[in-house]
Amino acid sequence: MITVAQTLEAIRNSSVEDVLNQCIDRIESGTFNTFITVAKESALEAAGKMEGHTGPLAGIPIAIKDNISTRGIQTTCASKILGGYVPPYDAHVIERLKAAGAIIVGKANMDEFAMGTSTESSHYGPTLNPWDPERVPGGSSGGSAATVAASEVPLSLGSDTGGSVRCPASFCGVVGLKPTYGVISRYGLISYANSLEQIGPIASNVEDMTLLFNVIAGHDARDSTSVAGEKDYTKALVDDVKGLTIGVPEEYFGEGIDPAVEKSVWDGVHRLEELGASWKEVKMAHTKYALAAYYVIAMSEASSNLARFDGMRYGLRLEKDHDWHTTYSEIRAQGFGEEVKRRILLGTYALSAGYMDKYYLKALKVRTLIRQDFEQALKDTDVLIAPTMPTPAFKLGEKISDPLTLYMADVNTVPINLAGVPSVSLPCGFSNGLPIGLQVMGRHFDEATIIRTAYTFEQNTDFHTRSPEVA
Amino acid sequence: MREGSLKLRPYLDDVGVMIGLEIHVQLNKLNTKIFCGCPLDYHDDEPNTHTCPVCLGLPGSLPVINRKSVEYSIKVGLALNCTIEEHTQFYRKNYYYPDLPKGFQITQYDYPIASNGYINIEGEDGEVRIRINRAHMEEDPGRLVHEGGSIERSKYTFIDYNRSGVALLEIVTEPDLRSPKEARRFLDKLRNILGYLDVVDTTLEGSMRVDANISLAGGSRSEVKNISSHKGAERALLFEIIRQKNLLRRGGKVVQETRHFDEARGVTVSLRTKEEAHDYRYFPEADLGPIRVADWAPGIQETLPELPDARRMRFVSNYSITDDHARSLTSEKQVADFYEQVAAEVDSKLAAVWIADVLKGELNYRDIGIDAFSSEYMVALVKLVAGDKISEQSGVEVIRTILDEGGNPDEVVAAKGLLKAGGDIVTTAVVEVIEENPQAVEDYRSGKPEAVNFLTGQVMKKTRGRADAKEVREMIIQRI
Ligand SMILES: [Zn+2]
Repeated sequence: MITVAQTLEAIRNSSVEDVLNQCIDRIESGTFNTFITVAKESALEAAGKMEGHTGPLAGIPIAIKDNISTRGIQTTCASKILGGYVPPYDAHVIERLKAAGAIIVGKANMDEFAMGTSTESSHYGPTLNPWDPERVPGGSSGGSAATVAASEVPLSLGSDTGGSVRCPASFCGVVGLKPTYGVISRYGLISYANSLEQIGPIASNVEDMTLLFNVIAGHDARDSTSVAGEKDYTKALVDDVKGLTIGVPEEYFGEGIDPAVEKSVWDGVHRLEELGASWKEVKMAHTKYALAAYYVIAMSEASSNLARFDGMRYGLRLEKDHDWHTTYSEIRAQGFGEEVKRRILLGTYALSAGYMDKYYLKALKVRTLIRQDFEQALKDTDVLIAPTMPTPAFKLGEKISDPLTLYMADVNTVPINLAGVPSVSLPCGFSNGLPIGLQVMGRHFDEATIIRTAYTFEQNTDFHTRSPEVA
Repeated sequence: MREGSLKLRPYLDDVGVMIGLEIHVQLNKLNTKIFCGCPLDYHDDEPNTHTCPVCLGLPGSLPVINRKSVEYSIKVGLALNCTIEEHTQFYRKNYYYPDLPKGFQITQYDYPIASNGYINIEGEDGEVRIRINRAHMEEDPGRLVHEGGSIERSKYTFIDYNRSGVALLEIVTEPDLRSPKEARRFLDKLRNILGYLDVVDTTLEGSMRVDANISLAGGSRSEVKNISSHKGAERALLFEIIRQKNLLRRGGKVVQETRHFDEARGVTVSLRTKEEAHDYRYFPEADLGPIRVADWAPGIQETLPELPDARRMRFVSNYSITDDHARSLTSEKQVADFYEQVAAEVDSKLAAVWIADVLKGELNYRDIGIDAFSSEYMVALVKLVAGDKISEQSGVEVIRTILDEGGNPDEVVAAKGLLKAGGDIVTTAVVEVIEENPQAVEDYRSGKPEAVNFLTGQVMKKTRGRADAKEVREMIIQRI
């Protein structure tokens, strides 16, 4: 995989254009279907203006998940319904990236509207896992993680609603962060479940991930949920965990966990113990209700958030004119994929008169309990450690036809989104050549401690130095 | 209930009319829309020129509350005697319509900005209290423009999103109104209060839109949507009462339905019945979150101006004028201010008569506002009349002339020669008229008292209105 330092070095030795052209060549000759749109022209244009730029990411190519609005570059959410939609404005994170000198090389593949755990629900075909092309890269930010794993770009952005950054980071052996809710502005992120999702940075190592996080985090007046976090997260890049207490929640090592995953994560905890941290088991009693609550809330919000896609103003159009009623139904019938329709229907049902109390309001109560679980567990611990995913990457087609099994895979990632706390996933082992992800969770706004823990782990292990063999 | 509050409506008449209103008020004196920075002053501009990703509902855009709109809403709530709760919260109301770009409207549901208030109005038998259930904030959708004028006739429809995202305050009454006339009085009173608060320019098209719920004893209620004027509301309700009455009399049933008021024909027509009612799937808008407003209200309460009712009572006691005059003078803030300026300089009772009875009538007739006449002119005019320099009739003529042709009172009086004629001229005229009209004199003497009216008219004509008609009459009677 490529690091930011290596890329800067390459730019110094040749030029921004050369490095960018190599990057685009790798993407275009790649076999993993990591991108929906490659923005070659605008990227080269941006590269031409990079002379003398002093931003922290000057000349660094970056891939953007296709649900983050980019002015002038098609943004589809991997859906047919948004085919051809070119946003007239940049998301807040894109403005920040451009100011820092990063170059948007294109829009990464994903599950349609970020609904999925495998990137198989993309209208533009599935992304393949660079470690094994017969396997999924995880989802929904599969393209963003796979492009980094495949050494196509050093950095990418994903979004994480119930694990959508951490799951593919785990399956692709890269580092991905779901920040505290509100730390990164969602302005320009096309909503799936707005009370849960955050944009998250992805990189090949903790340092690069932090560098990228530093650029995009911060208050934005256009997002009412936006808050100011730390000023400089790179200060947390400290190789030292002495005195830290790690909590290990037994509920995260439950049914269906792969023994290799369990062993790798425990090895990780013990490695940190050797480095001076202590650990203890913690109880998180409501974890078993998290999945159900998560899907009720996410689908309810999705049913409302996706109402605006009606073919009236942008995206898919019909050949023939109808009255608006028919036009809406036809466009939505043709434009949305199966998983999206399933979630819209379930969400509509859950919010309907008579069912609201039974499902949605109950889910909100569970959400409060989950949040309290985290507060309790993190009272006398500094971070929590658990597997990101219960298994390594599964095979393409293996679970997509059985949505419930697929939803079960999110069991360890969704509680974090319900609680709004930060969590990072980083490689901690391999099983049959497939990467395993370790999840470090922390208190609200305490990204610094999880970054420090992850960085120390990484500095004292070599999992992050391995790359898949890519043709 | 609050101490000293009026009794709730004690009666239902034979027909049992119950009317409740929902009034959508555009907070159009704000500079920007409710959730974005787009300017509000779009009325003379091209369609879709005052838009941005937020008010167009583009994917990825997020709402940010205009804090001033919250302030204005609290202001209205307090003026309507409402309670402002600890916090307020926005919800999404989900439905599909082409003028609604997000597929949902951001509005309020469980925690409206204001609730449980009232307005007192002149009822059929004295002052009555009309309860306000709630006032909640929401965004205006866009506007559909049907090519060809109406939905039925148009081949296609344009959508103008300039209005999309304008702040609305929806004021909902309890069904306390008993007649179309009361409904109109309520609306007028509400408009007056909003005018005092300076939060709405009610002269702009669409600034106050009314939905009316109406039922008769023994029937279901119907809802008449989107009435754009107060007069329209009165007419629509009148039509509905007659329609429902006839229906019930013929043994029919009033079904719960939504109706549209056809302003041109003065009738209401059915839009949809209850079976098609929406399930709006209200749920909290997580992009905004709750707003704590408890701390805002006391500060805003302090900035509230004296409102029409309080001012009316002060006028009666301070200026010794009748309640009717005070009511007329305080209905609009500008008129009340005008009156106070004039009353400070001249006799307050006389000023009330001249402003409430004369000037307001002339203004209404011309459909213009009080700013068309200066308070200094009114002071000058009242002084001329009070000092017996011109007749009352001339006073009226001065006002009319100034409104129609301009000029100030002194100029008009001079140009038209309206200064009251001195005694000699009047006496001469009386003598002349008696000499010139022996037949009328004879008629009077033989028992036809109305003949004196003719003679008085002749004297007035001779003196070109500068004499006092009452005095002239006395003089004639004395002489014949
Ligand atoms: Zn706007």
